[in-house]
Amino acid sequence: MRLIWLLPLIPAAGAAVNGLAGVRWFGRAAAGAVACLAMLSAFAVALTASIALIRLPPEARAYDVTLGPWLPPIPLATAHGIGSFAAEWAFRLDPLATVMILVVTGIGLLIHVYATAYMMDEPRGGYARFFCYLNLFCAFMLLLVLASNFLVMFIGWEGVGLCSYLLIGYWYEKGSAATAGRKAFITNRIGDWGFLLGVFGVFHVFGTLDFHAVAQAVSSLPIEQSHFGELSIICLLLFIGATGKSAQIPLFVWLPDAMEGPTPVSALIHAATMVTAGVYMVGRNAVLFQHAPLVLAIIAIVGTLTALMAATIGLVQNDIKRVLAYSTVSQLGYMFLAAGVGAFAASTFHLLTHAFFKALLFLGSGAVIHAMAGEQDMQRMGGLRRFLPVTFVTMMIGALAIAGIPPLAGFFSKDEILLQAFSKNRALWALGSVTALMTAFYMFRLVALTFYGVYRGPSWPRHVPPAVGGPATLSIATAHGVRHPVDPDAHGLAHVPQHDLSHGPAHPVPIGPAAHAHEWHGPHEAPSAMTWPLMALAVGAIVCGFISIPPALGGTNALERFLEPSFGGTPAAATVEHARQPRADAEPATADQASNGREWALMLLAVTLAGAGVAAAWRLYVTRPEIPVRLAARWPGLHSLLWHKYFVDEFYGATLVRSTFASARGLWTFDARVVDGAVNGSGWMTRTVSWFSGIFDRVVVDGLVNFVGWSADEGSLVVRRGQTGLLQNYLLLIVLGVCVFLTVYLFAR
Amino acid sequence: MHFTPITPYHYLLLSAALFSVGVIGVMVRRNIIILFMSIELMFNAVNINLVAFAALYRHEVGQAFAVFVIAVAAAEAAVGLGIILAFYRNKETLNIDEMNLMKG
Repeated sequence: MRLIWLLPLIPAAGAAVNGLAGVRWFGRAAAGAVACLAMLSAFAVALTASIALIRLPPEARAYDVTLGPWLPPIPLATAHGIGSFAAEWAFRLDPLATVMILVVTGIGLLIHVYATAYMMDEPRGGYARFFCYLNLFCAFMLLLVLASNFLVMFIGWEGVGLCSYLLIGYWYEKGSAATAGRKAFITNRIGDWGFLLGVFGVFHVFGTLDFHAVAQAVSSLPIEQSHFGELSIICLLLFIGATGKSAQIPLFVWLPDAMEGPTPVSALIHAATMVTAGVYMVGRNAVLFQHAPLVLAIIAIVGTLTALMAATIGLVQNDIKRVLAYSTVSQLGYMFLAAGVGAFAASTFHLLTHAFFKALLFLGSGAVIHAMAGEQDMQRMGGLRRFLPVTFVTMMIGALAIAGIPPLAGFFSKDEILLQAFSKNRALWALGSVTALMTAFYMFRLVALTFYGVYRGPSWPRHVPPAVGGPATLSIATAHGVRHPVDPDAHGLAHVPQHDLSHGPAHPVPIGPAAHAHEWHGPHEAPSAMTWPLMALAVGAIVCGFISIPPALGGTNALERFLEPSFGGTPAAATVEHARQPRADAEPATADQASNGREWALMLLAVTLAGAGVAAAWRLYVTRPEIPVRLAARWPGLHSLLWHKYFVDEFYGATLVRSTFASARGLWTFDARVVDGAVNGSGWMTRTVSWFSGIFDRVVVDGLVNFVGWSADEGSLVVRRGQTGLLQNYLLLIVLGVCVFLTVYLFAR
Repeated sequence: MHFTPITPYHYLLLSAALFSVGVIGVMVRRNIIILFMSIELMFNAVNINLVAFAALYRHEVGQAFAVFVIAVAAAEAAVGLGIILAFYRNKETLNIDEMNLMKG
């Protein structure tokens, strides 16, 4: 446990090795091995630390490690006089962080293994670059969850945003990927602005940035029940940060576009870990948020609306990854709903289960896309369960889990959230239940379109048997009405441009028989490096719900109890007393039974809704596939609204983006005309003045100097003739002079 | 045999002749060494003058001055020969006409 500071460092070291040496010299195997090894050792450290933490008594389950000072103390004004602004490299392992590090390292490891096969057809350097980014992301994410103060968390917060940008834009030669990366980064920056202001606010009010110190300080303050005070402002600003990172209204638009990145990235960053950072941050500051009930209400409402809105959009999308992206937004909305009604433990529980089944679903969709050689449109899939048995079974498990079918993971966590919502606000519960219905529907629509029905994708050469099924598969495919091209050689190339578009210049099917390496021969199961993580995640999606069975079903809510110290000191912690939790009530038995009955009723309703959603999807997309078309034709407005995602992107484009562009253009014009004009004008003035002064210099100053020289030269023309330089001439003159002198002296006296 | 006594006129005459030979030698010869020797002639003409007048007026200052002139002439000869040597090394000639760097 003393070594928890190693956790962020190990993946960072892996990233450094791959980034500095790997890109240039490593082969694919070496780069993948370095990255996976880093994640494996990080996972081992995380596991050791978690076991050590769980062994401690519940009240002692927190461990602080301070590596050293970062910022020296700076005197800075706060609301209560001059405070000392200091930051340390401080990490804190508590139950909440334990759950997060296990998710990040465990699921991260599986996704790394998966990616070694998925990315195999990338160029060698790009492969190492990919794993460098992926490791770097895990390092920042671990920094974020282990941070013990806001500033260290902020480094992780920005770092994961950076890695997200780098990985979305991994195929940077593809315009849409680069744009999506920028969009994600800019949208996140808007959220980060709120987060940073919130951090400033925290320091201003509390004079410290340490989570624990803030929680202690805040617990002595009164709850801002009805007015919007400083705590509420801080919480609202922090929540703005969370909406950016966790893709909530109004900043959710980046996440669907982020699907331009490679699928393992979508699974790791945009489903399991980074997007949950906002949820984690709210949970980390549970005590603070508990003191701002108005903001909690806002969070609950925003979460519910996001869940509902994303789910409705997910109903009609055809891109398999986009459906999953909207599903992620929707599930994150659930987590915020839970946090908003004060059920932080339920929120974290759903975060954990969602990490399993959503990573599973994304990786499964990656296997499907891989099988279809880059095709992401579900309209062009269908009937794949015969070609991809492992993927089909695991994705089915994931879909059942997210739909909330007992006893899979999603059932427990979603039910807990709905129960908590029910006890707090019936309207939120009702919307959440409708969302659950839609979740079941769109997930099974995805499963039905992908794995059931007739195969609608491109055909493949008849003379080569398909990868997995062999001739039997082919005959089944034929029986399902697969059209084969007249010219068997004409097809193979048909999928290439599409593939290049979505997958970059390389083919994504590297492992397997050589015959399949460069030409697509029909849908085929993924290599074992991809199926094993799928199976591991499927097991997780089945069992991870059992760690927190509600008391009504005979469990003890173990995870929630484990997490309680992290949200501790919460005055409103026990929003819902579970039946078997000890109560000081006068009539425990009656209350227990009533509560128990209510829980049972709610569960039954939830399962019924999920079942209804599944059944509806089954009817609409398997047994009667003509109904959806008719429905869309009947309500074209509604369909168009959902199909275009409520025109949010268009709305933002028309208002925010365009006004930003317009103001930028205006400023540019100002810059080009006024600023540049002033600069150029002063330059022109200087040139003109110096031209005149140059003329003056040449004519007057130089003229004077030259005139002096010239006059001396001209004046001496006669005189200097006598100066021959010949000694004897001079002597002659002297002698002549003497003779003249003597003559005059002697004779003319 | 009748000897005319040697009077100061004789000395002055000799001195004047010697000086003239020196002056003419300096003026007409081109070789610097010859020029130099002619200058020495003029020195000696002056010395004869000095000594003659010293004898005439019975005054020893003239002789002393002549000795000084001889000493200075020796020093001058050393310096002059040094200059001539340096000049020769530069110009590879002793012709005085080549020595006209001070021409205006």
